[in-house]
Parts: sequence; C-alpha cells; structure tokens
Amino acid sequence: MRRVLTCLLSNDPGVLNRFTGTLTRRQVNIDSISISPIGDKSASRVTAVIYLNDLAAAKQLVAQLNKQIDVLEIDDITEQPHIERELALIRVNAATNKRAELFAMVQPFRADVVDVALDSLMIQITGSREKVNALLRVVQPYGVTKVVRTGVAGFTRAEG
Amino acid sequence: MQAPEEQTMPVRNGAELLLDTLTAQNVEMIFGYPGGAVLPLYDAVYRQQFRHILVRHEQAAAHAAEGYAKATGRPGVIFVTSGPGATNAITGIADAMMDSTPLIIFTGQVGTQAIGSDAFQEADILSMTASITKNNYQVHDVRELPRIVNEAFYVATTGRKGPVLIDLPKDIANQTTNAPFPAQVNLPQYQPTPTIDKKSVAQLMQALSQAHKPVLLVGNGVHAAAAQTEVQRFAQRYQVPVVATLLGLGIMATDAPLFLGMGGMHGTYAANMALTECDLLINIGSRFDDRLATAPQKFAPHATIAHIDIDAAEMDKVIPATYQLVGDAKAVLKLMLRSSAARPDVAAWQQQLQQWQTQHPMHYQKSATEIKPQQVVQLVGELTHGDAYVVTDVGQHQMWAAQYYPFKHQHQLITSGGLGTMGFGLPAAIGVKLAAPDKPVVLFVGDGGIQMTSEELEVIATYDLNIKIILLNNHTLGMVRQWQDLFYDQRRSATMFEHQPDFMKLADAYGLKAYHLTDPQTVATDLTAAFATTHAALIEVAIPALEPVMPMIAPGHANNEMMESD
Repeated sequence: MRRVLTCLLSNDPGVLNRFTGTLTRRQVNIDSISISPIGDKSASRVTAVIYLNDLAAAKQLVAQLNKQIDVLEIDDITEQPHIERELALIRVNAATNKRAELFAMVQPFRADVVDVALDSLMIQITGSREKVNALLRVVQPYGVTKVVRTGVAGFTRAEG
Repeated sequence: MQAPEEQTMPVRNGAELLLDTLTAQNVEMIFGYPGGAVLPLYDAVYRQQFRHILVRHEQAAAHAAEGYAKATGRPGVIFVTSGPGATNAITGIADAMMDSTPLIIFTGQVGTQAIGSDAFQEADILSMTASITKNNYQVHDVRELPRIVNEAFYVATTGRKGPVLIDLPKDIANQTTNAPFPAQVNLPQYQPTPTIDKKSVAQLMQALSQAHKPVLLVGNGVHAAAAQTEVQRFAQRYQVPVVATLLGLGIMATDAPLFLGMGGMHGTYAANMALTECDLLINIGSRFDDRLATAPQKFAPHATIAHIDIDAAEMDKVIPATYQLVGDAKAVLKLMLRSSAARPDVAAWQQQLQQWQTQHPMHYQKSATEIKPQQVVQLVGELTHGDAYVVTDVGQHQMWAAQYYPFKHQHQLITSGGLGTMGFGLPAAIGVKLAAPDKPVVLFVGDGGIQMTSEELEVIATYDLNIKIILLNNHTLGMVRQWQDLFYDQRRSATMFEHQPDFMKLADAYGLKAYHLTDPQTVATDLTAAFATTHAALIEVAIPALEPVMPMIAPGHANNEMMESD
C-alpha cells in the first residue's frame, strides 16, 4: 500500500542517512522523497512516498522513525485530507513545424515552456502526480529526451 | 547560555574540556586503546591521571564497558582511535544497541581538513554506526563539545537506553577555548519519559481481576528501570506466576514459589506451557524476541496481551497487544500497585503450574564417568551462594548458566542476549569486576568464545582482577554443532576443534592460576579449591563433546512444542 509520510528533520549532516537507513533496514524502498530546509534552516521538511505491505508495517515504520533523535516530527498523512504536488521538467523534441502544436497541447495543463532550443523545448509542469503523468503521455509521441521530477511534496489540508 | 564575561573559563583544549565534562558526569573510568587520532585525548588522560583501563583490542573496550554498564546501570565510556580502532569497536556497539545498554563511545577522527580525503586511519564511522547507535555526533567546534557530551549521556541513559557515539576530529581535541560551558542539553523534541495512560492501567488491572490464568513476563526493561522490588511485590500481591526472558533472569529469585523460570527456546517446561496456556499475559520490558516467542503466530494463543515498554515502537512490533502501556517499567508498576483491583482466582492455575513443574523439572543425565556442564553450574551456584555476578559468553554454556545458576539479584546476569556475540564474556567480566571489585564474579565461557578475546587475559593479570573463569571445554562449537545434529543430519561442518591451545599454558603465559578439572568424582572439591584463591583463576573443565542443551524448541515451533532430554 502507498503511504505518504511528512516529517521534519534536523538539518545536519548524516541525518537523512539515518532516516533512509531506518527504511533500508526494513527493506522499504523509497518511491519518492523531497527534502529542503525551511524557516531558519535548522530543520528540513521531508515528504516521502513509500510502499508497504499493510497498515501494521506503516505504523511500525513511523514508530521506528519517530525514535530517531533527529526526526523532530513525523506523520503518516495518507488517510488524512492532504495535498500532493510535484514539479517536472520535460525536454521534448520540437522541430519548427511542431512547435505551435506543442504550445497548444501544454496549455490545458497550465504548463510553461521555460527553455527553447533549435530543435527542442523544455516544459515545466506543476501538479498532482496524475497530471504530470498525463502531460508526459501526450508529449511522448514527439520524443521526450529527458525528464526530471521532484517527487511528491505535500501536507495536510487545514481544518475548517 | 550565560554571557561569556560572567564566566570566563580557564583556557583548555578540547581533550581537557572533554575529560572535565566526563568528570562532571561522574565517570569513574574509561575503557580504551590509544592511537594517532586520539593522542591529544590520551595526553589529557595522562596529565589528569584519569582512570583508564587499557584493553588489548578495541572490541574488548566496548564489551568491558557493556559489562560495567550492565552491572551498574550506569553508562560505560570508551576511547578508541580512528579507522581500525573505531571499526574494531563496532561489534560491541551493536551488542549494546541490541541489549539497550548505555555506552558513550568516543572515536578519534582524522583532522577536520583531512576528512573525506582517505587519510591514514580514516573511516566514516558515523555512517557505519548509524543503525547501531541511538544517536551519533561529529564535533565541528570545540565550544560545542560539552553540550554534545552532555546530550550523549542524556540520550544514552534515558528512555530506552543505548549507545551514543561521538566522533572527535584530532584538531578539535587540540583547539583551545576559554568559552564557558554551553553544557545545557537542547533536545526539545526528545521526550524520553512518556506520560503513562492511567486509563489503560485501570483497564489492565480490571482484566487481571477477571483472569484465571495470568502470567507476568519480565525482561531487560525491568533491570533498566531497576524495578525488581515492584515486580516481586506485584507478583506476590496478585499471586501471578512469573516467566523471565534470558535478560530478565535475576528479577525473581530462582527458588521463589511464583517463579516458573526462563521461557523460550531453552526455557523450562512450566514456563513455556504457562506462556502457551495463559489467558492474560502481562509483558514488562521484554520485546517478544524470537528466542522467546519462537513462533509469533502461535504465541500465547489463548491470551489477552498487555505490553509495558518504554519504547513505543515495540508496541505491535511482534505480538499485537490489547493493553499497550508505554512507560518506564517502575513507573507503570507503581501505578499498578496503587490499584485496588481484586485478586484473580488462580487456585486451579497454580495447581496446574505446580503439576508441570513437578512432572517436568529441569534435569540432565548425571554421569559417573564424565563431568556434566549443568552440574558445574550448579556447583558454582552453591559455592557462590547464588550471589555472584554471572558473566557468560555465547553458546551452550550460556544456556546452561541461565538454566542452572540460582539467580536472585537484578543486574546479576551479564550476557550478550540480542546480538549473541561470541567473545563478549571475557572482556565483559573485566568491566563487571572493575565496577564491583568487592563482589564475586564468575565467567562461564566455551572453548570457542574464549579464543575470540583471550588476549584480554592480560588485562585480568595486569589489574589482578579476581575473576573465576569457568572454561567449559567440549572441543566443539557446541550450539552450532547441536543444530547441525538436529537439523543438518549430523554434518558437523567446521564445528569440531581437532586441535586446541593448551589452556593451562595459555593462562600460565599471562601469569594466571590455572586448573584443569577432568574427574567427575572430585569435581566438587576441585572447584572449591580453585575458588579458594583470591586471585583470578582459569578453571578448564572437560565436558562431553555431544551434550545438548535441553529442553529445546526448534525454530518456528510454538512454545509448547518442546524437545526434552530423556
């Protein structure tokens, strides 16, 4: 089952190593992870997407992560109302005669063309994982030469 | 932090600052081994005449510190150098992590500028020990040193205890400062003392009142909380029989009427039947290790489970529990003792337990021609009146010691439980004797394990430590051989020692007294004679090669599926 964890780590060397080590020890593969310092940069916010066999494994993993001294906060937000967003940069082949078509195609996705070269474009898209996948699908026939995705970032919706 | 001008301190280098912080933490001795990266530390040790126990291998420094910590409940402190010094200590650190033993490990590191350059004796010890320490640090500024050291002690000795490592680059140890101690621990998110859920306590006590076949299971968490008195009082008041894990031995006196003995793979028949048949199992400070809950799916099938543990992550990890009480064993037991819940009606249950105990006592085949290891443990128990610190290595002798020594004190059994580290015993016994010089210390060790850390005999000789070393020699790696005989059709691959050192000469080489016991007719008097010396003695006892540890539950089998000896 897919689980989305959000946590706050001390922003110190080796801390992410301890975090991922706790997953590795339990044979948990990371589907995506995004991390960046926030606020006064003493702590980093992490969103990690992982797959586990069952709810018990998820609870156990969160409990183990929570034990780490440098894990300041941890929450499994899968079941809570929350927002997940991802950013992708996509380089796609774009001969001159295909450009207008591509520009038109990315528009409904509210994606932007952020770089133009002689025979390619770089598209930037932000949104849910599904939306990014959908755009990738439609530009695929033009020839996608490089993709980078940030991985999911997310947290819970405010109450009320 | 106070303003510097209010509290100017004498100029000290990092090494001196470190030792002053250790003194403030009431550290009475350091186990260690010098090397290049810790030259500044050892210079400070020399100048301050800090008590330092020079081991002969860094692994032994860690095990000796474990012995010290397990015997006293206070953290053991070790100094090792960078690179190989640090990697040699890893086994002991992993051992301490598994048994929740508080250790503070200082590893030297190459100078800050050289880190990452593959410098001489450089190792990335932080990465290597991430999974076997409760936390680890590298010091980047000498002024941070006191805070880091104090945090390390705080983390190691609170909550679920464990090892904390501090990696100290050589230049930091040499840096001088007159900065005031910014020694305050700053870990707002670390909450080692959970608030105990009183409602759950009340519910558990209610369940106990209504139980007919309750059992108390006690583990290492009771030692960690020093809750022996509370356990005994609780068991007595509610007439609840008690089963111990290996690390829970000593909490109940072996001969206490309510005590059923050790449970699990080599536990007593009554203890394992009680675990199987009980209707309420109250686990205090045990983690349902696979040597106890040999088949988790079939464990305590009729029981409602209550789990009391300081570590929230232990809840539902192996055995799901109806009553989950996260908290210190002593604190929870005190609340339980405050309850006015009625005593359960356990008359029929006690009768059943007594029947199991009478019909299936711990026993072994006595012999007129060979010395039986179980008999040796019993004799040592009598000689020491059940009052000795009993240190063991790992293997068959460890189980015989657990089964046949008459324990009665908390912290009395010093053994490598979770990691099962051969070579643990000899150095651990050194730590125990140094921690408790006035108490008798007995080490049970096999002929395999003693050869893993026999270099530490020199430390016993140097410090004239009165440790009685009972070397049970069966010329095999007995426990592995036992499994080969049972599960690998007697293919004794690499487990039979056809040649061995002459242990008498080995002891003699270190200047230690040595005895070789081979005659079953005189073994009792021979042991008495050997124990009469006030110095260390290596007492080698020839035991049969193929003696098995029984009873035994094969791995994956339920607690009631015991093999018993004839």
